[in-house]
Amino acid sequence: MAYDTIVEDNIDVLVVGAGLGGTGAAFEARYWGKDKKIVIAEKANIDRSGAVAQGLYAINCYMGTRFGENNPEDHVRYARIDLMGMVREDLLFDMARHVDSAVHQFEEWGLPLMRNPKTGTYQREGRWQIMIHGESYKPIVAEAAKKSADKVFNRICVTHLLMDESKPNRVGGAVGFNVRTGNYHVFKSKTVIVAAGGASNIYKPRSVGEGAGRVWYAPWSSGSAYGLLIQAGAKMTQMENRIVLARFKDGYGPVGAYFLHLKTYTQNGAGEEYESNWFPALQEMVGKEYLDPEVSHRTHRPIPTCLRNHAFINEVAAGRGPIRMVTMEAFQDPHLEEIGWHNFLGMTVGQAVLWAATDVDPKYENPELTTSEPYVMGSHATGCGAWCSGPEDISPPEYFWGYNRMTSVEGLFGAGDAVGGTPHAFSSGSFTEGRLAAKAACQYIDDGKATGIVVSESQINKRREEIYKPMETYRVYRNAITAGSVNPHYINPRQGLDRLQKLMDEYCGGVTVQYMTNDYLLEIGLKKLAILNEDWENGIAAENIHELLRAWELKHRILTSESVFHHTLFREETRWPGYYYRGDKMKLDDENWHVLTVSRRDPETGEYTMEKAPLYHIIGEDEG
Amino acid sequence: MPTFVYMTRCDGCGQCVDICPSDIMHIDSVNRRAYNIEPNMCWECYSCVKACPHYAIDVRGYADFAPLGHSVRVRRDEDKGIIAWRIIFRNGKKDWDLLAPITTKPWGSAIPNLNDVPPPSDEMRKSQLLYNEPKYIRLDDGGLHTLESNGLKLKEGVAY
Repeated sequence: MAYDTIVEDNIDVLVVGAGLGGTGAAFEARYWGKDKKIVIAEKANIDRSGAVAQGLYAINCYMGTRFGENNPEDHVRYARIDLMGMVREDLLFDMARHVDSAVHQFEEWGLPLMRNPKTGTYQREGRWQIMIHGESYKPIVAEAAKKSADKVFNRICVTHLLMDESKPNRVGGAVGFNVRTGNYHVFKSKTVIVAAGGASNIYKPRSVGEGAGRVWYAPWSSGSAYGLLIQAGAKMTQMENRIVLARFKDGYGPVGAYFLHLKTYTQNGAGEEYESNWFPALQEMVGKEYLDPEVSHRTHRPIPTCLRNHAFINEVAAGRGPIRMVTMEAFQDPHLEEIGWHNFLGMTVGQAVLWAATDVDPKYENPELTTSEPYVMGSHATGCGAWCSGPEDISPPEYFWGYNRMTSVEGLFGAGDAVGGTPHAFSSGSFTEGRLAAKAACQYIDDGKATGIVVSESQINKRREEIYKPMETYRVYRNAITAGSVNPHYINPRQGLDRLQKLMDEYCGGVTVQYMTNDYLLEIGLKKLAILNEDWENGIAAENIHELLRAWELKHRILTSESVFHHTLFREETRWPGYYYRGDKMKLDDENWHVLTVSRRDPETGEYTMEKAPLYHIIGEDEG
Repeated sequence: MPTFVYMTRCDGCGQCVDICPSDIMHIDSVNRRAYNIEPNMCWECYSCVKACPHYAIDVRGYADFAPLGHSVRVRRDEDKGIIAWRIIFRNGKKDWDLLAPITTKPWGSAIPNLNDVPPPSDEMRKSQLLYNEPKYIRLDDGGLHTLESNGLKLKEGVAY
């Protein structure tokens, strides 16, 4: 191949992926590392990349501590109950105590945050959410990151991390290729902050054609946060905790503002309230501690998102669908009607396109909702990701190994989707995690932890060979056939993705099996996945650089999926009914499984080891 | 096919290719104009639509669930700090203009360059504070919240 090798050397902080987590990391790194070389490697264009590329109409994580609204521990308790107890409370408390600082800076930078005209505080959508005109959220934070960074490399698909050869389990940089020029890029760096995205498109979507692009999480979120970390041997946590979203049907338009601000509500096909009918049986499954509608009503403790999904799924399965959002009342108010539409235009234009195409005017008809295919990510209402150290002043010994947000690999940090156990971070919390990781990375370097890193030419050349192999496979075998895409020697990335989505759907609890799986199905699924991985290694073909991008995205999705399988198999209970079910173990089991699941894939052998990690909860000094 | 490009308006400038988060807007090698090479990886995020200087890019809803005959058009203006939308239903009954601000400051002018701010003190480095903190993180004048300051502790085991 005639592609050049371009080496960027002597980097101090390399930020991989510049969504909200990555921009926060690059921005903050400059403050703590005035003399440091800060470089960003971004798969797309930093001005419109990541999950916030098209904008947001709300910031879903804002305490309002300045206005006396909430304290950090209030948010920790909220995330704890929503995730059925399975969260890293040290990391959550830490994120929550810093997040307001990020939000107020966004306002100073020009992001239009709505204000409540009566109180002067930010306009609340719900207890944690504030409303914004956020079409340009991403370009605004990108400006801040660009000012801090020495260099921004757009259009670099990072495929692997580089490892130090002088000391085991220490990072040394990253490699990838430019999706425009095809050139091979080597980044030698003392620290790496992985702020890449979670995984859409690993489960078969409900859509059957073009609509596969209208996934809930961005289609370019290729699980690279996990693929990169898993390949490097970093420990992962809570990877079984995939999320299913109840959203407007087909367009997956968001429902948060509708529920919280517009006060719309759901009903079944016959126009009846249905959720409470399912709660008694559900309480049998999960226990009264997790579901007690009376207590929730009295104390405003939220009913966990997964349990509300469970009622939705079962009501539809019982033949009483469709579930509809009752918009006809709220939309009679022209102001609320306008907010309802702005909400889509600001973050999910496709839903507005769909309603325009189908003549659905929510003022005159109540639109249908659906439950989505599952997604694996760590910043929305779920917490998949790497097992990271917490901050020194909060974390217990099992959660602390020197540097905030550092993974189990030295010098390798995470932010956003990459960090496990920290749900409900959303955009502002991810940005905040990036800032925390950046400060810690600078400290790590200043403490002399990054000296003597050796990355040999042979490691760099080996990765180069691996990266372009799919193009070589295509070149060698293309002429074995006359034309078309059916070839006995290879599959293309789309064919591989289709196979992955089908097996994740059928064996790991996707939509066509009503989110159900069990030991037997998981074992079969793992075998099929191993063969898919073999086919990828020996026979994935890329006709051009764009297909090479898709091939490596598929690799990251396969690595993510393998981890999801192992974690799902390991946790022998149904912890989150409504996200997925273990048919052979349908009850929540606090006696054995009130723990976090932690895995490591041996980079040499590919073998998985699983362990339980203790759960610590934040309680009052005088409690328990 | 999510986004598409009008033949007579596109001049092949490549702005859409440059901005697309999904790497699916490419230049056709025969007619030298942009097109969507992979519609089922298009999020209808409108990044390319907003970036096109000739308004040559539009969206036709996903064919597997969106009927023909609708229109959602947009014009984004950084100088004016405004985005303007127009939504037209298939049956023509709704034809709406919606305006929203995209920034409250002259574009990009209020974003600090951290190269220019004074470096952190040693005391700050040793603390848990981030840049610009403790501004905005307290109701009162105290420092960063800690477990001690808030009367809390971490306890291993089951809690709800």
